[in-house]
Amino acid sequence: MGTGVQIDPAARPLVRFEGVSKSYSGVAAVDALSLDIVEGEFFALLGPSGCGKTTLLRMLAGFETPDTGRILLDGQDISAVPPYRRPVNMMFQSYALFPHLNVARNVAFGLQQEGLPRAEIDARVQEMLALMRLQGYGDRKPHQLSGGQRQRVALARSLVKRPRVLLLDEPMAALDKKLRQETQFELMRLRERLGLTFVIVTHDQEEAMTVAHRLGVMNHGALIQVGTPAEIYEQPDSRWVADFIGDVNLIEGQVMSSSTDATLVASAAGDIRAAASRTSPGDNVWVAIRPEKLHIAAGGGDGLAGEVIAIGYLGDLSHYQVRTDGGPVLKVAVANVTRLSERPIGLHQRVTLTWAAASALVLTR
Amino acid sequence: MSVPAPSVQQRKRNLGQRLVLWAPYAWLLLFFLVPFLIVLKISLSQTAIAQPPYLPTFDLAAGFSSLFDAMREFSFENYALLASDTLYLHSYLKSLEVAALATAILLLIGFPVAYGMARASRSWQPALFVLIVLPFWTSFLIRIYAWINILQREGLLNQALLALRIVDEPPVWLATDTAVMIGIVYSYLPFMVLPLYATLERMDESLLEAAADLGCPRWKAFWLVTLPLAMPGIAAGMLLCFIPILGEFVIPDLLGGSETIMIGQTLWTEFFANKDWPVASAVTVVLLALLVIPIALYQCSQLRDSAGGR
Repeated sequence: MGTGVQIDPAARPLVRFEGVSKSYSGVAAVDALSLDIVEGEFFALLGPSGCGKTTLLRMLAGFETPDTGRILLDGQDISAVPPYRRPVNMMFQSYALFPHLNVARNVAFGLQQEGLPRAEIDARVQEMLALMRLQGYGDRKPHQLSGGQRQRVALARSLVKRPRVLLLDEPMAALDKKLRQETQFELMRLRERLGLTFVIVTHDQEEAMTVAHRLGVMNHGALIQVGTPAEIYEQPDSRWVADFIGDVNLIEGQVMSSSTDATLVASAAGDIRAAASRTSPGDNVWVAIRPEKLHIAAGGGDGLAGEVIAIGYLGDLSHYQVRTDGGPVLKVAVANVTRLSERPIGLHQRVTLTWAAASALVLTR
Repeated sequence: MSVPAPSVQQRKRNLGQRLVLWAPYAWLLLFFLVPFLIVLKISLSQTAIAQPPYLPTFDLAAGFSSLFDAMREFSFENYALLASDTLYLHSYLKSLEVAALATAILLLIGFPVAYGMARASRSWQPALFVLIVLPFWTSFLIRIYAWINILQREGLLNQALLALRIVDEPPVWLATDTAVMIGIVYSYLPFMVLPLYATLERMDESLLEAAADLGCPRWKAFWLVTLPLAMPGIAAGMLLCFIPILGEFVIPDLLGGSETIMIGQTLWTEFFANKDWPVASAVTVVLLALLVIPIALYQCSQLRDSAGGR
């Protein structure tokens, strides 16, 4: 998990969505959604494009009004408050820097709206530019900056008013991979240093897992699951989440027996020992096993027997595709800790797959 | 390390690029600078009952020495006349006044129209665009004649005003400054709306959201964000209207009265009624000088903007 700071989801929420719905010409973008975001939290809204995550963020910023439901900030209903009166600032995906103003005046824009004295504005702008490592760039126009610098100006502009909540709409979409990773860590440090609440919208699960304390996985306008990155990855409560986050093997089967230690599932691939679950014998279920949780060994033994039908070499990892004797093909990921020539498993070799029962999840939906 | 010599293809391509670059300059040289020099030359000549109606004339066949002899006869008499006779000064001032007022009215009407078009839904914009351009499908002259119909004593405007009981006696519209202003504003509105629309349509709407997000109400965001970003379009629209209105002849001639004599009419009278080509040419050269000033100012601001800003 991200920063190692523990967030208590039961604490008094700073932001609360209460049964919020929003539809555009009859199509629901956000559907009766409820969510609490805690003070000081880095919360990520994650989902495929069109899942309603941006609409949710824009409702919090005030650019969209919910059709039904309430949005509370600090316990106050802000549904009817116009965006220019909300103590919330947003960093736009396009950055939306004012092209006719230089960097310093872009950053000062929000403070000038508050009518603060000039000296205070200047001091706070300089402080923010220093924090963003933008000293000396105050006189530049946005078009004279690199993409990464523009991104930092946009961040500085949205932070300088010390918002109760900072909203980040796909903040790193326009950056290349290396810069994106650096920026992710910078965002986390920044949040910790300023002690603010951040809400980020992203379609990039790696980004969401890296920066956030908790994430909400959305699809079709609804929150499918909310939890820490580890919970979402290790304990997905639906096939959709298991499949959306990371790589997974999903095997359909029927519960043979269910006890407090384990669940035994009969499947086309063979009998599978999985983690304990609230199921009864005869239930139709899916077993989810992450590729890296499967152990692959040459030859026979206890476990699922099969044959390697494809190998993908990724450098740090190797991906094996194993056709089990029962039919289903399973993906196995193995960390390449030894040199290629020393690896014993080749194409078309007979192998056995084993796993810890606890890492095979039984899913009912 | 030596720089490799350019290949034959490269040299051919460079030649092609240079031709393309020089084509507009050649065009301007042939169809702007040369005619202008001819006009300038005529403006320094004297009228004569001759063919062409001025002296001296250049006769290239008689050699260069005769050319110099002819140039010795040049005088600034015509310009002196422009300065001494208040008729010309008044026409110039009237033209400047009409052009400035009309441009201001055009901006006041054109900006909301262009803004509305740019903010209309994407599916409506092509239709609105066609509506703006539609008048061009009818002859300009016919449209001005149509205005005569509307503005005459028993015209549509007076009928409407009488029917609505706004006036008891039909007011006189034709042959007034007001009629000229109506005609000019009507005719030039597309030239103001189109560049403004082009600028406003390009503007990123998230800039206004960002302004609102930073605590700026909508009306204030208009002054702080929309207007400064629309400046190139405002400047282009104003120039596109101001320059041709300054030299406008047809509209004041058809709709205006004897008290509205714009410089285009003076020019026409000198040229066709008085057959005084040299004075007409002098009027033209001064008009051009008047126009060069705002264009040069605009170019300067464009250069400054591209150096320092957008």
